[in-house]
Amino acid sequence: MSLESNHPVRLSELYREVIMDHYRSPRNKGELPDPTVSIDLNNPTCGDEISLYLLVKDGVVQDARFSGQGCSISQASASMMTQAVKGKTVAEARDMVDRFKRMMHGDEEAGRPLGDAVALHGVSKFPVRIKCALLSWEALERSLEQLPG
Amino acid sequence: MIDVQAVRRDFPVLDQMVNGRPLVYLDSAATAQKPRVVIETVERYYAEYNANVHRAIHALGERATIRYEEARRKVARFINAPEPETVIFVKNATEAINLVAYSWARNNLAEGDEIVVSPIEHHSNLVPWQLAAKATGARLRFFEVTEDGRIRTDNLDDVITERTKLVAVTHASNVLGTIVPVKEIAYAARRKGAVVLVDGAQSTPHMPVDVQALGCDFFAFSGHKMLGPTGVGVLWGRRELLENMEPFLGGGDMISSVSLTESRWADLPYKFEAGTPNIAAVIGLGAAVDYLTGLGMENVHAHEQQLVQYAMAELRKVPGLTIYGPEHRGGLVTFNLEDIHPHDLATILNEEGIAIRAGHHCAEPVMRWLGVPATARASFYVYNTEEDVDRLVAGLHTAREFFGHVAGK
Ligand SMILES: Cc1ncc(COP(=O)(O)O)c(C=O)c1O
Repeated sequence: MSLESNHPVRLSELYREVIMDHYRSPRNKGELPDPTVSIDLNNPTCGDEISLYLLVKDGVVQDARFSGQGCSISQASASMMTQAVKGKTVAEARDMVDRFKRMMHGDEEAGRPLGDAVALHGVSKFPVRIKCALLSWEALERSLEQLPG
Repeated sequence: MIDVQAVRRDFPVLDQMVNGRPLVYLDSAATAQKPRVVIETVERYYAEYNANVHRAIHALGERATIRYEEARRKVARFINAPEPETVIFVKNATEAINLVAYSWARNNLAEGDEIVVSPIEHHSNLVPWQLAAKATGARLRFFEVTEDGRIRTDNLDDVITERTKLVAVTHASNVLGTIVPVKEIAYAARRKGAVVLVDGAQSTPHMPVDVQALGCDFFAFSGHKMLGPTGVGVLWGRRELLENMEPFLGGGDMISSVSLTESRWADLPYKFEAGTPNIAAVIGLGAAVDYLTGLGMENVHAHEQQLVQYAMAELRKVPGLTIYGPEHRGGLVTFNLEDIHPHDLATILNEEGIAIRAGHHCAEPVMRWLGVPATARASFYVYNTEEDVDRLVAGLHTAREFFGHVAGK
């Protein structure tokens, strides 16, 4: 009995190949030695944790890394997020947070410019998992708020 | 023994499909499902005799008051409280514990005193004591725990000392399933003159409880975990202690006379039941108690014991599955499957119509002790069957396959 044949749409929409790939081989995982800003965030009901480190110079996110633990969705989302914001201006990064949130509300189009992260749009159909996907993007949003100047 | 199929017919919610499969509900430790008789009792109160209690001089009010006080007597009998006036209705177990933390602990603890708590508590029997310790200068001290998650009782006299003023301990763990030898602990505590509070949130629904035999001073539990409605919980306390305590909340119903500058408190239990209570829920809890008494708590316990032993044996056959907690336990199993995060597990099982709990179960210190960020938990009640366990096990196999497959392992 294969689960995919029972529920071809729902589960494969949630756990897309690219998501599982980021989960198994996370990009930008680890700490950043001298971050411009770093933040710890957790999801108190389920124990997902993330620490996000950003290196920002001349208004551009030069580097982004994360550490922490959690489910496949939260870990893949963090990996995709760090990949997506590297090289972007602070204003662009803010726009990406906004787009990701809109995508979690069901607006797949909004997620198009987010790179691999657009694959997470299926999470919007699993309301209890949305907070897993959002965690790293909320960490990004708060980090950007804390940037000096 | 319990006729499970007959019991299942009493629970309307169980008769439904979830994601195309018949629902398997394995999350009763979070909240139990309600038998029709409880739902109808609540409905009848609102449809036939909705009125405030203890105030109305009219037929509806009289009937509501009678049913409300009847529920108190039922609950008192259910836990073998010596008198119904020592049964106080609150919102839930959390509020019951906080009532003691405010009305008793803040007036009876001082610097140098110790509160002994176990490291396997639900947050609701830990955080109130952290707050009380901060407010009074008392210190928290912890029981030791064995490798499999039992509270060590061979060194009780080292932990409970002359400095101990309060011991707060769970009767049954919501994570590890551990049944705590409360009687032994209460005996050791009372010899040192300490007051004992027992968190019965996970025991009262599942086994016979006798607060007098346990030898404790306070006993707290929630209605919603024992087939009753949400919004009602119970604090039982020894009369001498309750009578000497200040009220928790001030307001209507809890006074005997009020002037502009001071008031006299009403007698027990009303001193601790300020404001309009959750009347429907209290009366509904009375119906739940009747239902459980009808089944017999010995039978409820035996049914769950049989089920949990079956579940442990079947789960052990699943490759890569780790079970946490002691062999002898209440009706729940907490586990992890390989490196699949419990959230992912819960999502995949949900696609199969199976409801389990995933997360830290409001017991972060227990998670830290286990060395895992989160766990999955399947918990059983009177309406669960061996087929439910089989469905769970099949779902876990599917999850292994799915994760192996998608991850390209
Ligand atoms: C052992 C234990 N104590 C206390 C509570 C708190 O119960 P409530 O949330 O109904 O106040 C729970 C609920 O999960 C529990 O399992």
